[in-house]
Amino acid sequence: MAQIQQEDKINLNAKKFVMWIFIFTSFMLFAAFTSGFIVYSGGSGHGLSVILPSSFRYSTLVLIASSVTLFFASRAAKRLEFEKQQMLLWITIGLGISFLLLQVYGWYILAYKMQIYLVDPNATRSFVYVMTFAHLLHVIGGLIWLISALKGSINRIPQVKNLYRMEMTSIFWHFLDIIWIYLYVFLLLNQ
Amino acid sequence: MSTLSVHDHGVVHHEEGHEHHHDTFLTKYVFSQDHKMIAKQFLITGITMAVIAMLLSILFRIQLAYPDKAFPLLETLLGRFAPEGRLDPEFYLSLVTIHGTIMVFFVLTAGLSGTFSNLLIPLQVGARDMASPFINMLSYWLFLTACVIMLSSFFVQKGPAGPGWTIYPPLSALPTAMKGSGMGMTLWLISMVCFVASSLMGGINYVSTVLNMRTKGMDLWKMPLTIWAFFLTAILGVLSFPVLVAGVVLLIFDRSFGTSFYLSDIVVNGQVMPFEGGSPILFQHLFWFLGHPEVYIVIMPAMGISSEIMSVNSRKPIFGYHAMVYSLIGITVLSFIVWGHHMFITGMNPFLGGVFMITTLIIAVPSAVKTFNWLATLWRGNIRFTPAMLFAIGMVSFFISGGLTGIFLGNAALDINLHDTYFVVAHFHLVMGSAAIFGMLAGVYHWFPKMFGKMMDEKLGYLHFWLTFIGAYLVFFPMHFMGLDGVPRRYYAFTEFASMQRWLSVNMFITWAAIMSACAQVAFLYNFVHSIFWGKKAIQNPWQANTLEWTTPVEHIHGNWPGEIPTVYRWPYDYSKPGAEEDFILQTTPFSQTMSSNLPHDFEDNPAGMEELSKWTSTQKANEEVK
Repeated sequence: MAQIQQEDKINLNAKKFVMWIFIFTSFMLFAAFTSGFIVYSGGSGHGLSVILPSSFRYSTLVLIASSVTLFFASRAAKRLEFEKQQMLLWITIGLGISFLLLQVYGWYILAYKMQIYLVDPNATRSFVYVMTFAHLLHVIGGLIWLISALKGSINRIPQVKNLYRMEMTSIFWHFLDIIWIYLYVFLLLNQ
Repeated sequence: MSTLSVHDHGVVHHEEGHEHHHDTFLTKYVFSQDHKMIAKQFLITGITMAVIAMLLSILFRIQLAYPDKAFPLLETLLGRFAPEGRLDPEFYLSLVTIHGTIMVFFVLTAGLSGTFSNLLIPLQVGARDMASPFINMLSYWLFLTACVIMLSSFFVQKGPAGPGWTIYPPLSALPTAMKGSGMGMTLWLISMVCFVASSLMGGINYVSTVLNMRTKGMDLWKMPLTIWAFFLTAILGVLSFPVLVAGVVLLIFDRSFGTSFYLSDIVVNGQVMPFEGGSPILFQHLFWFLGHPEVYIVIMPAMGISSEIMSVNSRKPIFGYHAMVYSLIGITVLSFIVWGHHMFITGMNPFLGGVFMITTLIIAVPSAVKTFNWLATLWRGNIRFTPAMLFAIGMVSFFISGGLTGIFLGNAALDINLHDTYFVVAHFHLVMGSAAIFGMLAGVYHWFPKMFGKMMDEKLGYLHFWLTFIGAYLVFFPMHFMGLDGVPRRYYAFTEFASMQRWLSVNMFITWAAIMSACAQVAFLYNFVHSIFWGKKAIQNPWQANTLEWTTPVEHIHGNWPGEIPTVYRWPYDYSKPGAEEDFILQTTPFSQTMSSNLPHDFEDNPAGMEELSKWTSTQKANEEVK
């Protein structure tokens, strides 16, 4: 039996590794968008010349805060404080949803207040929408992970699995955080 | 084996517990999570797609050979796509596009990697299954969905996508540009998104399995070259496919939402389009950043499979195992910095063109290392010409003859003349088309006993090989000369140019050679299907090979090995080792059981083993003296 348990453990590690590789693929996607941006603006001479709406700044702060709460949720899970873990996960999900809303509000400001639309002869502006949209899709995926971790904790699944879900969720969510900071800084530098 | 399962009750029990969900037909054959079944699903889907793509190529070959002739049969078969028995010019473009797409992506990427990575990675590294069997299953079903969507485009009013498998905008971005840019193109894009998702799921699984789930003793340098090749292929896919997704996402935005990433200053049917400021070259960059690694995604598994088969059937260790691995790594790294050689004539900065030219030509080095090693493996080997071996040798032959023209095309100055001519067609059909399909066929013949527990018929295999081998050369070799004369590719009827009319007879010859090669595939298909049901029963290790997959029972079981997973003690290429009892030593045979054949270099990082060896040799010497 000991050997089987070990095989299962190896298998969980392999699955965690799957998440890491997925992060690489997803990073490549955003790297492609940003290098596409550079190639385009270098080739066409178009710059972004847009002051990004302030809601993107607030959404960044919200996302960083959600990473912090998720970190404490993981820590609570490791210390077997499930009530606390669940509460922190609820907060993280709430922050994640507020991030979503802030991004959409940012689009609203861009489109209705600043008259900068998705369709623009200056495609660098279209890039802003495409990048934030692609990131938003990832955030929705991250929210699904968060919900599955929360559900697992509420249903009192075995601690090994609970920790496994927490860890998978954390890897992905922190990655989303980092990739957003990367995109935001990239856009700020080009604005 | 029985002793193993007796002393390890827990393991056996656990395996039975795992098997209960494999009872129904649905979970065993359809929604299977077992890597061996998924491999077979990939293989059969891949072969089906290959046959379809081959038939498409015969259709456009008929048009090329007889541009002025009407074939009433075609109208019966194709209806509105061949009015009055002559192929519709736009449908011709669709045929070329779909032939390329299916062959490159569905057959040689999913059919090849999907089949053999799935089958061999767990079996050869010693794992019970993939890292995530569920994602693996999803990968197959997304692939099948992609296939169905791609083929469904033949049933829409305007026909399938027509802008070529590279789907360059503006043709692909303007639904009104031509018939093949309409609904067919949309379906192409949807199909491709499913395909990329499938490929990524597969690739992620392969990488994770190879890195995390190797059995005891299987360090990286004890892996067979097949595994190295699949592993590096998967890394290529994981890093390059997302870039294609980015390109395609922007293309979809251009098509459907009116953005101008790729479009600028366009007039369609006298109507000025509102697009401004886009750059079609941007798409080429994004596409070829995937597109070039893609050709290595196609060829590297074939290389790995051929290396393995040639070593087994030469009864010799592969020549230069480490060099083989490093050259694969070299190709992997280089493949990311050569994409510009597809774009020499886009008005690229000549300096940049020079850089891409140099990186491209450097790829000749690892390729030549590999070729040299294959030939050196054959050299003075005790060769068994099984069908698999013939196909592996054929793969090397195509790789050499197609690779040589790659050196021509890699030169920016020569490429100006040769770009988009039949010279290019000849080059890539030999070096990645024929070579990769031969690697795949070699793999099918070699691992058929492992997949289906039956042997394929050898005589039909020989017939299949010789007709296909000769046929492929007859088809693609004359194309070099056409290309040198400037005959452009993708043209419906280039005989309209007076100077090219003389190539018509060559085209007729090529078409008949293609029809012959296509007929030869019937021998394979018959052999394949017939052998699955009525083939000779296979024994456990029919080729007397060393690798782990041949230590599993012929009957497939979930978890691959009854009882414990075997431990690995040596590299996979101990064939014809001097002093050994047989001409092969399984990877699972410890050195302590092969004292007579052990060599000092077997114990390079193992002082204890070295000591044992010297002890043993000195006793042997002492015994000799006593005698």
